Amino acid sequence: MSEIIKPRDWSSQPSYIDPAYRSTALRGPTKPLIPLRQSLSELTGPVYGHDCLGPLDADLTKNGRKTADPLGERIVVTGRVLDEDGRPLPNTLLEIWQANAAGRFVHVVDQHEAPLDPNFFGGGRCVTDAAGRYRFTTIKPGAYPWGNHHNAWRPNHIHFSLFGPSFVTRLVTQMYFPGDPLLELDPIYKSSAVGARERMVARFSIEVTEPGFALGYEWDIVLRGRNETPMGSH
Amino acid sequence: MAKLTQTPSQTLGPYFAYGLTPEQYSYGFLTSIAGAAVAATDTTGTRIRIEGRVLDGAGVPINDAMIEIWQADDQGRYAHPADPRPLNAGFRGFGRCGTGTDAQCRFYFDSIKPASVDGVQAPHINVVVMMRGMLLHAFTRIYFSDEAAANAHDPVLATMPEVRRGTLIGQLDESRPGKVYRFDIHMQGADETVFFDA
Ligand SMILES: [Fe+2]
Repeated sequence: MSEIIKPRDWSSQPSYIDPAYRSTALRGPTKPLIPLRQSLSELTGPVYGHDCLGPLDADLTKNGRKTADPLGERIVVTGRVLDEDGRPLPNTLLEIWQANAAGRFVHVVDQHEAPLDPNFFGGGRCVTDAAGRYRFTTIKPGAYPWGNHHNAWRPNHIHFSLFGPSFVTRLVTQMYFPGDPLLELDPIYKSSAVGARERMVARFSIEVTEPGFALGYEWDIVLRGRNETPMGSH
Repeated sequence: MAKLTQTPSQTLGPYFAYGLTPEQYSYGFLTSIAGAAVAATDTTGTRIRIEGRVLDGAGVPINDAMIEIWQADDQGRYAHPADPRPLNAGFRGFGRCGTGTDAQCRFYFDSIKPASVDGVQAPHINVVVMMRGMLLHAFTRIYFSDEAAANAHDPVLATMPEVRRGTLIGQLDESRPGKVYRFDIHMQGADETVFFDA
């Protein structure tokens, strides 16, 4: 048997060109994608395990700390990485980056006039455990303005990057927070269909919430699954 | 098992550099898991450099794209459990480079030339293209201009119209020492790079 990764689910995934998100107009491919029969090139992918992590990589309240704790609301974000068939994906790397509590990124091209926090960096990573679970401690990111349209603001979000088991399971996405009024005004969030976009919104969890310390959010991430295909029949 | 549905992709946005390529962009807080140096000094194989730009539909070089590559070693082996052959110790085969640290918006990778993976496909490097303004990453491949015979029999190149195959061929720059291949990625236009439904 050889296993083939299931296709991208085009009813869930956004389009390359989306008029509401203006920058896509000159950057998204316009010609039809060329079908590619998966070979070892697609079924393998970079392997990063726990050995690539530093001790504070998953704790963004500590990994940028200089003289004091970072400002803002401490949160725990945890969940599982699964495939479409519900299999947990252990030992998979997650990389995250986000704005600080004021909505400012440390990135040098961020010109938003909100304060930087000298004790907050905003980048981190984690590798899933045997049950596919990840866990970050961080600061709730602030909303920030962008230039897509008049009075455009990005909802609170954390950027996530994952590899999964192969090169074609790669996923870069964003996690949002429940009840954010900016979601319905955000063309990036709305680039996926109704019924799919809601899967990017975390759930508040009192069980994950740590008494006296941090609010808890739970968010599962689902990557492309596998088909069992007899060798030579595909 | 439970049937779940894929999490939608979202754009990398403009501020990925301190999270994904911190060392290249000189953010001191975090180390990079991967960079432009794909081969270590003791990796066996022919040294190559891949160099290119990402151009938008107006032909303007993009300064906030990120390119990732994944490749086999000089014996065509991938450093992954799905490849049953023994590993080339120390060669991971993964590289990552943003286009925001070069005045000409170039990305580059210093690596080794991969061999054919299966004796059928021509030597190639697998590529993911992502950037602000792309909601979903794109898959492409880099083949090599000095592998014309192998390219002529490559089953993947054979699936596309002949006029588009050239967009996947890294061009050896004869004017430079060593093996430097030029590979520009055209997101749109008459020369739009072939992107795969992989
Ligand atoms: Fe963002």
